[in-house]
Amino acid sequence: MSITLALVVGGLTSVGVYLITSRSLTRMLLGFALLGHAAVLALLAAGGEAGERPISGDAPVAELSDPLPQAFALTAIVISFGLTLFLLALARRQAQLTGDDLVEDDLEDRRIAIETEAEGDDA
Amino acid sequence: MTSLIGLLIVVPMLAAAVGFVAGERQWVRDILTVVSLAGATAIAGVLLAHVESEGTVVLRVGDWDPELGIVLVVDLMAALVLLVAMATILVVQLFAIGQRRTAWGADPQLSGPLLLVLTSGVVLALLTGDLFTLFVAFELILVSSYVLLTHQGRRGQIRSGMTYVAMNLFASTLFLVGLAVVYASTGTVNLALLAERIPELDDPLRWGIGLWFLVVFGTKAAIFPLFSWLPDSYPTAPTTITAVFAGLLTKVGVYVLIRFHVLTGMDDLGPLILTLAGLTMVIGVAGALAQDDVKRILSFHIISQIGYMLMGLGLFTLAGIAGAIVFLVHHIPVKTVLFLVGGLIEEREGTSALDKIGGLAQRQPLLAVLFALPALSLAGIPPFSGFVAKLALVDAGIEKVVVPIVVIALANSVLTLVSMVKIWTGVFWGSGDDESATPIRILRPGHRLMVGATAVALVASLAIAASFGPLWDLGERAAADLIDSSVYIEAVVS
Repeated sequence: MSITLALVVGGLTSVGVYLITSRSLTRMLLGFALLGHAAVLALLAAGGEAGERPISGDAPVAELSDPLPQAFALTAIVISFGLTLFLLALARRQAQLTGDDLVEDDLEDRRIAIETEAEGDDA
Repeated sequence: MTSLIGLLIVVPMLAAAVGFVAGERQWVRDILTVVSLAGATAIAGVLLAHVESEGTVVLRVGDWDPELGIVLVVDLMAALVLLVAMATILVVQLFAIGQRRTAWGADPQLSGPLLLVLTSGVVLALLTGDLFTLFVAFELILVSSYVLLTHQGRRGQIRSGMTYVAMNLFASTLFLVGLAVVYASTGTVNLALLAERIPELDDPLRWGIGLWFLVVFGTKAAIFPLFSWLPDSYPTAPTTITAVFAGLLTKVGVYVLIRFHVLTGMDDLGPLILTLAGLTMVIGVAGALAQDDVKRILSFHIISQIGYMLMGLGLFTLAGIAGAIVFLVHHIPVKTVLFLVGGLIEEREGTSALDKIGGLAQRQPLLAVLFALPALSLAGIPPFSGFVAKLALVDAGIEKVVVPIVVIALANSVLTLVSMVKIWTGVFWGSGDDESATPIRILRPGHRLMVGATAVALVASLAIAASFGPLWDLGERAAADLIDSSVYIEAVVS
């Protein structure tokens, strides 16, 4: 695995994770896109040294790139494409409901926490 | 026999595709979903009988070499869980058809076909013989579950849906990176080959892979401390959806965790898994005690019950893993029935908040029975299936002399019972004349189908208790096949 690739995967991951911790769904979406890229690059790196084109059959087997991780990467890209669309739809719906795309607090949890505290004060 | 395996995945998919374009013709969708699910259940039954007598069945898709291609493997553990899973989805779909007529359920144009997509995802996850197909199967399950959870577009659903999607999407990305690490260090993603190669890796790398996938599968299985998405999102979904999620989704996570970690010989992680199991049990039941809504209490119970299955895995003994498998089989129908009853309560009373309901035992004795039996089973009261399943696990724990986890498991049983009593007193006892109680709705014809489906699931879970002897033998054989990975390896590679 080349050092450049490793650094890029690391950089994408850290920026992606940072964005995901945000409350805004749009930022989370960008974060997931970056994380997805990091994962795809990691998969490519797992295939080892780049070589000649596989499958077309114009180079000896020993010189070929490993096609399997590339197939994985392609599948993963397609899936993350679909999920990005879904997240966008979710953000849109949240914007319709509340005017922004922030993740809200769980009201039920809050209510129970407040009740428990109140009970503690009584005792 | 091998072509049957393919049908299990293809048929629900095709039926879903037709269902999506059926538009207003509801009867087409109903017939398609019920027939394809009934077919899947029948196939699962045939496969179980075949595997039980003839041994593991393997389907090589496109006849590729297992190192390159996709293999689907039906061993005893897969066949057992498959049959229970298919039967459960069928029952829930019948309930959904009944519920639609009463206008409280999920959007029928979407939920039926999506449930079928989820079904083929579950089948694929249970049967797949390689990690990458497992990733795809998880995505199939998750994508359909995202949509099922949020398609009504209510505020609470969108809010909790965000947590659910974010957590699971993150776990999926970790899964991909984990795949890259596994492929780079072993040159394969086939489980049988991994079962050979991972034990040969250096300790740090091996433990790293084991821990990494513990996090990935643990998020799906909702183990401590990765469970936060579950009690938040499940109660907001329509009943039928929650019932399927509760019965199956987390269990698929546990199933895969057991399969991967036992096959690749991660025994060294045993103490860590046991610790997590104990924490999962305690935190889950503590959460259930604090809640005052039927669906939320039941959601927290899912978590505490996951702890038991994890305990069986953490022991890494034959009895422990057999116990975990049997617990899994017992848990799926019981949990589904409880959520369906929760749905019936909601349907009748217009809410599932404990302080707004009361006196249902008097007005609805049948509903009370439908709730009481699985609730006692979940708490582990004899002679129900929960008792024997827990007994098996506790027995396995004592055998390996791991006292703390046994104590926690027993104490947890009592606490589960306490929180069930809480639902019982809140919903079924009392006069029910509180001023806040809503007037009883006029029930439409679908109601009978809903109660019928719930009763069928209950009978199935009682049947599991009645036939526990043979079930335990099957569980033990399945566990033995898993621990001695050579059985699996031989079936796939040769």
